[in-house]
Amino acid sequence: MSEFTYLYRGGRDTPQSPEQRQRQLQKWAAWFKELGANGNLKELGHPLESAGMVVKGNQKIITDGPYAEAKDVVGGFSLIEADDLAHAVELSKGCPILEVGGSVEVRPIMQINM
Amino acid sequence: MEPGDHLFRHESGRMIAALTRIFGVHNLALAEDVVQDAFCRALEVWRIRGIPENPSAWLMATAKNAALDVLRRQRTARAFAPELGRFLESEWTLAPVVEELFSTGVIKDDLLRMMFSCCHPQLQKAAQVPLILHILCGFSVGEVASAFVSTHAATEKRITRAKKVLARSKRLFDTAAPADFSARLPAVHRALYLLFNEGYHGASSETAVRAELCREGMRLTAMLLEHPFGSTPATYALAALMALDAARLPARVDSSGNLISLLEQDRAQWDQQLVAEGLKFLELSATGCELTEYHVEAAIASVHACALRTEDTDWKAIVSLYDTLMRIRPSPVVALNRAIAVAQKEGPERGLDEIRSITARDRLASYPFYSAALGEIELRRGRPETAREHFRAARAFGAQLDGAPVPRRARHRVRCRRSEASVLRAISGPGTRFFQNVLGSRRLNHASSPPCGLGGLCRRPA
Repeated sequence: MSEFTYLYRGGRDTPQSPEQRQRQLQKWAAWFKELGANGNLKELGHPLESAGMVVKGNQKIITDGPYAEAKDVVGGFSLIEADDLAHAVELSKGCPILEVGGSVEVRPIMQINM
Repeated sequence: MEPGDHLFRHESGRMIAALTRIFGVHNLALAEDVVQDAFCRALEVWRIRGIPENPSAWLMATAKNAALDVLRRQRTARAFAPELGRFLESEWTLAPVVEELFSTGVIKDDLLRMMFSCCHPQLQKAAQVPLILHILCGFSVGEVASAFVSTHAATEKRITRAKKVLARSKRLFDTAAPADFSARLPAVHRALYLLFNEGYHGASSETAVRAELCREGMRLTAMLLEHPFGSTPATYALAALMALDAARLPARVDSSGNLISLLEQDRAQWDQQLVAEGLKFLELSATGCELTEYHVEAAIASVHACALRTEDTDWKAIVSLYDTLMRIRPSPVVALNRAIAVAQKEGPERGLDEIRSITARDRLASYPFYSAALGEIELRRGRPETAREHFRAARAFGAQLDGAPVPRRARHRVRCRRSEASVLRAISGPGTRFFQNVLGSRRLNHASSPPCGLGGLCRRPA
């Protein structure tokens, strides 16, 4: 088993009715539950605020950030365990964010044998 | 945790009601924005961390903090609720006042204020129910449109216009003034009745949508019953009518989605808990001296609820209840339903006579259940060919209503389940015997109650 992060982007600003939001959440809960039941969920992870600061360069210039379009901002992440990248990608296809115009970026966590 | 059914929807109504009370009705749009933001935030956090133990409290706290934020930032630039003005201006009173306004008891009252405000006389009748669904029940414009089988654009226009009227009304309805309360109450009853009926008979062919509208009607009526001025005999009668009708929902549709006639329903499927509740409400409604159409309709529903088998139905009682209904709220549709009951009691020929003598019968031409009723009666008179004509006409309406073509096979069926069923539901009335028991009881003979319109119903001792 290897570890991966899922980075969730977008899918926040689709206008939705309260009922649709509730159904969305139920889908997320079901998805995580299945990942957990199959031993693929290492950590739920955390949501991230969309606004923050970016500190850059030698001069440590501070700007409001990350300045990307809403759809490009990482809204949260989770830690996943899967056989390989292909498997992790396959599992990500169940993520409800895909139904509302968002994306999941699947990134292997580097394996370092010291 | 698993949030209850439609929790978000109901929280949306509560938050908008509370925020509008604080911001003032002219800032309705601001209240709606704050609620949207609260939901956005909840979704962002909860989708990853899971839904908290008490999502309502979480949402309310988020809305409350957002409200405080808005009030602090905009209090110089924007006028908020005039009656709260002074309290919102001072930092000393701001937080405690907002805290108080977000307490459960106050929010309950805010919901009623909003319900009554949505029935403002300046609002078009046709806009009131969509507005209630949108503001108090958390239906999006799209969801309201689909419930009424209307277009998104038309619904949006109607709701937007209604919101503007509401925003211009300056102040939310004051539920603490007894005279205003009783003056507005009939309009509120009417709106809740229409909301429920839209679910029960409405144009949407989706069973789930219909059941939901019925549930919302019942939920708001229950809210009204909790208020000291709201728990009037008429409100109890309305609650009784809804419970007794809703009791039949499980038996009303067959596996392929066709409505089943009241007479053909499997009565074992009726929700006995709702029947009991409805009968209890009906009993509570039998006080005072006001006889409303809700009393009579609930009584009709109770006659049906009390008949264990279709053939046990007391048609005589039903006809006499329809006579009463014709006196207090005459309409061609009521007359038609009365005629159907007469046909059950005295045979199809008599029923047909009654139909022929309906005043303003031409107004029924566009009522699909009219043709269905004629078809049913002709069938019973042993004239299947004429019956077929009528059913065909009824089905054409049904197809229009559903927006779906009539399946070829169904076209050849003599019977028209859907339409026929709905006609018969109207006569699905209440246990007359029961009603007479109740109405004949000493409750009516309070010294303070003058002899009243209920008298006509009490003539036959039980």
